[in-house]
Amino acid sequence: MNCNCKNFTLLEPYLQKYEGDSANKEGNLIPLLQKAQDLYGYLPPDLLAHIAERTGIKLAKIIGVVTFYTQFRTKPAGKNLILLCQGTACHVNGSPAIEQALKEELGVNEDEITDDGLFTYNNVACLGCCSLSPVMMLGDKTYGNLTKDGTVEILKNVRREALNIESAEVKS
Amino acid sequence: MKTSPKITVGKGSCGIAAGASEIFEILSNTIANHAPDVFTPSVSAVGCIGMCYLEPIVNVDDKTFIKVDQKGAGEILKLIKGEENHAENYEIRREDLEILSAQTRVALQNCGIINPEDIREYIEKDGYTAARKCVLEMSPEDIIAEIKTSGLSGRGGAGFPTWFKWQAARNASAGNSVSPERKAKKYIICNADEGDPGAFMDRAILEGDPHAMLEGMLIAARAIGSDEGIIYVRAEYPLAIIRLEKAIVQAREKNFLGENIFGSDFNFNLRIKAGAGAFVCGEETALIASLEGQRGMPRLKPPFPAQEGYRKMPSNINNVETYANVPWIIRNGGSKFAAMGTENSKGTKVFALTGKIKKGGLAEVPMGKTINDVVFGVGGGIQGDRKLKAVQMGGPSGGCIPAELGNTQIDYRTLAQTGAIMGSGGMVVMDDTTCMVDMARFFLDFTCKESCGKCVHCRIGTRRMSEILERICGGEGRDGDIELLEELAENIKQGSLCALGQTAPNPVLTTLRYFRNEYEDHITGRKCTALQCKALLSYNIEPKACVGCTLCAKKCPAGAITGAVKVPHKIIHDKCVKCGECVNVCKFNAVAIN
Repeated sequence: MNCNCKNFTLLEPYLQKYEGDSANKEGNLIPLLQKAQDLYGYLPPDLLAHIAERTGIKLAKIIGVVTFYTQFRTKPAGKNLILLCQGTACHVNGSPAIEQALKEELGVNEDEITDDGLFTYNNVACLGCCSLSPVMMLGDKTYGNLTKDGTVEILKNVRREALNIESAEVKS
Repeated sequence: MKTSPKITVGKGSCGIAAGASEIFEILSNTIANHAPDVFTPSVSAVGCIGMCYLEPIVNVDDKTFIKVDQKGAGEILKLIKGEENHAENYEIRREDLEILSAQTRVALQNCGIINPEDIREYIEKDGYTAARKCVLEMSPEDIIAEIKTSGLSGRGGAGFPTWFKWQAARNASAGNSVSPERKAKKYIICNADEGDPGAFMDRAILEGDPHAMLEGMLIAARAIGSDEGIIYVRAEYPLAIIRLEKAIVQAREKNFLGENIFGSDFNFNLRIKAGAGAFVCGEETALIASLEGQRGMPRLKPPFPAQEGYRKMPSNINNVETYANVPWIIRNGGSKFAAMGTENSKGTKVFALTGKIKKGGLAEVPMGKTINDVVFGVGGGIQGDRKLKAVQMGGPSGGCIPAELGNTQIDYRTLAQTGAIMGSGGMVVMDDTTCMVDMARFFLDFTCKESCGKCVHCRIGTRRMSEILERICGGEGRDGDIELLEELAENIKQGSLCALGQTAPNPVLTTLRYFRNEYEDHITGRKCTALQCKALLSYNIEPKACVGCTLCAKKCPAGAITGAVKVPHKIIHDKCVKCGECVNVCKFNAVAIN
């Protein structure tokens, strides 16, 4: 995903809101970082420096927070972020085989971007859909009772859809 | 004119993953387009009823239809219109209905029954009457006394008496204001950072009956004298956050939240804070640090959060299930709650049944039932009628209870004697294909990644344990590894500040206690009896069973199988990557694993 500008105008309204709420400065840091990641896909160093400058919170502290929580990314991700559940139930019901299928089909390791820029997968702790294990989330959608073949099928569908959208854009 | 049937579709995260949204669309669109003048059945979305293995579930009045696909939705539509139909093919079987009747639902009473996005349905179920009673008729002391009578204890893991926490927060002086803009006050916090892998009851409550939890928080606020609450929810539960937001807006419109609640002088406001992904934030002090925008690292107690919590103010923290029990207790009386359960564990508890179980989902039963009651009675037994090997309880802080102890009563004390804990109620069922050493390795890998890094024993000790287990599973176990694991386990327990570290060795200690022979098999015998640890397996083709169909040789990704048509094949072990593909494709069961 591209970080579309150096001056981070998209984040500006949230920074202003942050500055307005003086009673709760520190407590609002994590929501602000979550918003920034929502907008830009990940948290590059210059974005963190910008947030540090505007909030007055030391950059070292911000980086400390960013690296502590698994939700925050400091590297860009593919268009579709896949969260593969590695919870207990999923583990018992075969999530390692699903990871193998993802690796083979996408040709990448965890946290890497596929050549077409479409996918990144991450292993995560429990997604809380244990009765459908093994489970993965792709975007906001949860897929359950995964098999190796089923997983490959899901990826192919997403890829096909992306190609359709692309060709439709070219035509128009 | 017919009376309009009430149609509900289970749309919890689990139902949606099974395709419930699609079914919901089909039903509501067709009904909207079909002769609205004749009759107008309403389709509404409800939360998870707990029978996740039957999703998607559709209810038409008192009839339940399961595993509804597009065709099923069509049949249900015919039924509603009064046409000839085959909807009965989708009707729930009696044995599955019995699972529900075998339960006692307190925290889950409305889950899967009411529409969580419509406060009126919660009010119809006597919602907010408990809060009204607490605000208008009961003194804070009365409320705490009622909770004390009920014997309710924290459902998040530690099992600490809820009334004691409330009392402590009530008695704590709010102190002096820290600065001019921060006035002295008390906080009510809900821990909805359900992090235990294998537990999802809090998600079900948040998605299925958010008002029960809000009402519980409101009552707690009244009891300790707080006017501000915060719900700390995992970011991994987007649907729960959406439904909570809606619930808060609706409760505010009805003046159940806000200023002068029920016309009294009692004020209470709530906000949601999305967590950012850290298991340790389930620990109270770490959760508070996270709320304050810090790294979520626990600190030494005392001072307890009840004395000095969020922003150094007295704070009460309970988890979702605990709060969701509170309105029921106030409505029905503490003694009715205390009548269920055992001497030292009162009431009911929700369990998340997962793993190699036939009927996975949520089950709420009174304390004191045995593990077998839950696994075989509610859960229907083991998939493929295999043999139960162990039940893992309490997540990464808990332990594996072997099948021989299946008659253990589920209560805080008896479970602790087995070396496991109640925890948040996750029950992962394992059969003879689960390797216990691999299970221990899995949990230590988890705690090692989730350790916040503050205490040396936890940070480095769990890593060392994880490495040793990795080695054992990798076929490189050494003499003395077991003893080393035990020594490390003891030191980590002693040397860690918070429960994450203190309980991290439990999965290893319990598997060592009950399945020591499996460790020895791995280390000295170099074999994994459950056939899970790849490095210890070898694949061979039985010449007598092989017909030489060449399928395995074609499928083998490593080119490790040789042989000609109609001649028994052979696996070249040096090339074999142990992927198991040959076992999967062989139609003659000719590939043996040992």
